[in-house]
Amino acid sequence: MKTVMRFFKSLFLLELLQGMRVTGRYMFERKITVQYPEERAPLSPRFRGLHAQRRFPNGEERCIACKLCEVVCPALAITIESAQREDGSRRTTRYDIDLTKCIFCGFCEEACPVDAIVETNIYEYHGEQRGDLLMTKDKLLAVGDKYEQQIAADRAADAPYR
Amino acid sequence: MIEMLQTLIMWDAWPAGLQTLVVIMLKIVAILAPLMVAVAYYTYFERKVIGYMHVRIGPNRVGPRGWLQPIADAVKLMFKEIVIPSGADKKVFLIAPVLAMAPALAMWAVIPFNDTLVLADINASLLYVLAIGSMGVYGIILAGWASNSKYAFLGAMRSAAQMVSYEIAMGFALVVVLMAAGSLNLGDIVRAQQGDYGLFNWYWLPLLPMMVVYFISGVAETNRAPFDLAEGESEIVAGFHVDYSGTTFAVFFLAEYANMIIVGMLSALLFMGGWLSPFQGWTDSWLGQPSLFWLLAKASIFLFLFLWFRATFPRYRYDQLMRLGWKVFIPLTIVWLVLVGVAVMAGLEPWFGKA
Repeated sequence: MKTVMRFFKSLFLLELLQGMRVTGRYMFERKITVQYPEERAPLSPRFRGLHAQRRFPNGEERCIACKLCEVVCPALAITIESAQREDGSRRTTRYDIDLTKCIFCGFCEEACPVDAIVETNIYEYHGEQRGDLLMTKDKLLAVGDKYEQQIAADRAADAPYR
Repeated sequence: MIEMLQTLIMWDAWPAGLQTLVVIMLKIVAILAPLMVAVAYYTYFERKVIGYMHVRIGPNRVGPRGWLQPIADAVKLMFKEIVIPSGADKKVFLIAPVLAMAPALAMWAVIPFNDTLVLADINASLLYVLAIGSMGVYGIILAGWASNSKYAFLGAMRSAAQMVSYEIAMGFALVVVLMAAGSLNLGDIVRAQQGDYGLFNWYWLPLLPMMVVYFISGVAETNRAPFDLAEGESEIVAGFHVDYSGTTFAVFFLAEYANMIIVGMLSALLFMGGWLSPFQGWTDSWLGQPSLFWLLAKASIFLFLFLWFRATFPRYRYDQLMRLGWKVFIPLTIVWLVLVGVAVMAGLEPWFGKA
């Protein structure tokens, strides 16, 4: 009996028609495409995009060259060299993040005791030649200066959950 | 207008042979030019329809709503280099796409667009369609062989075996139609479906299994999903046209889509009453009148089915494909051949009484 049923089921293409009904229905479903340059998907304040170095409100850079980020970085993308400044404080002389190595895990941001290295929600950047994606300390600070408002707003929005 | 042109080029002074040649050439252009546009926009609709079924939007960037996409594609392909692989048989390599394309276009010679509009009204046009249709496999085999690549060769072999297997089921399905209509002429087959019951006079009702078999065989003949083993991008990259690029690839592409349109047209002509109106005999308004519009509408439905299949079904395994062709379709068509034979002899109304 079962084999007879199966014979007729396949003879009348019932399962194929069922499949076609599904795709036919989806043809009229609302489309989920986000038309990128005009429309954008919403971003979480925790989005991990381009890196930035922040400053204190008085203009002093936050980074104290503790090298926790360098240690925690699983991709070994961060290189730090440090020295004592004239005023006796410990500062970085070199702080490079190689974005071609970076996996955007966000560990550096988590490890940072002074919230100096952060990941912004910027995801539209590119390099046109080799070296463009090697973020030096100056570049990182420039990004931080430019987007400080956005960065601070994102941290504030996420603060209750930390 | 035409008379003015005729006097302008001194038409009457031309030799008679040349006159016929020019007239035929013009007719061919009149058929092929819209066909090329149809092929181009069929690729666009394919991407759109499949996109919609994937809950995407599909191409919408080139031109308003993406309408210029096929033109952009064609221009891109034309400007690409034709790479000829080392060790390839250059002549065969270049002639293969033409051999794939030519039958697809030659078949249009006998397709009737309405009661009188047909390029070559030969009395065995169905036979011609079958014969020319099976020529298309040469292009694919030669392409696979001339590429000097294992993948291309595997694709060509698969395609050849598949086309030969499905040709038989397809041929039997067509034999049933010609028995029902009592003619091999496509125009006569359509005229035999004429009647006062409108769409219930057409052959899709008594020959429903044959229509399904014919259309599925048509999908297999054109190497379309879910029977696109010859391409099989997951196993043999792109099958017979792996090594083709630029214009040569475009010609293969064109041939495939022209073939699909042919199968859609033939399904409409043989089973769905061609240019006859589905409301014939029900109403006297224009809706009841036969016209080219109906033929194109019916063909479009079949062409949509091609796209629907592609969006729905996963590819057949090779042994399943062969099982379907040899162990399901051929017995089914032979059984139906006998049944229709009995029905024709009994003069079953309203389909078979007239002949």
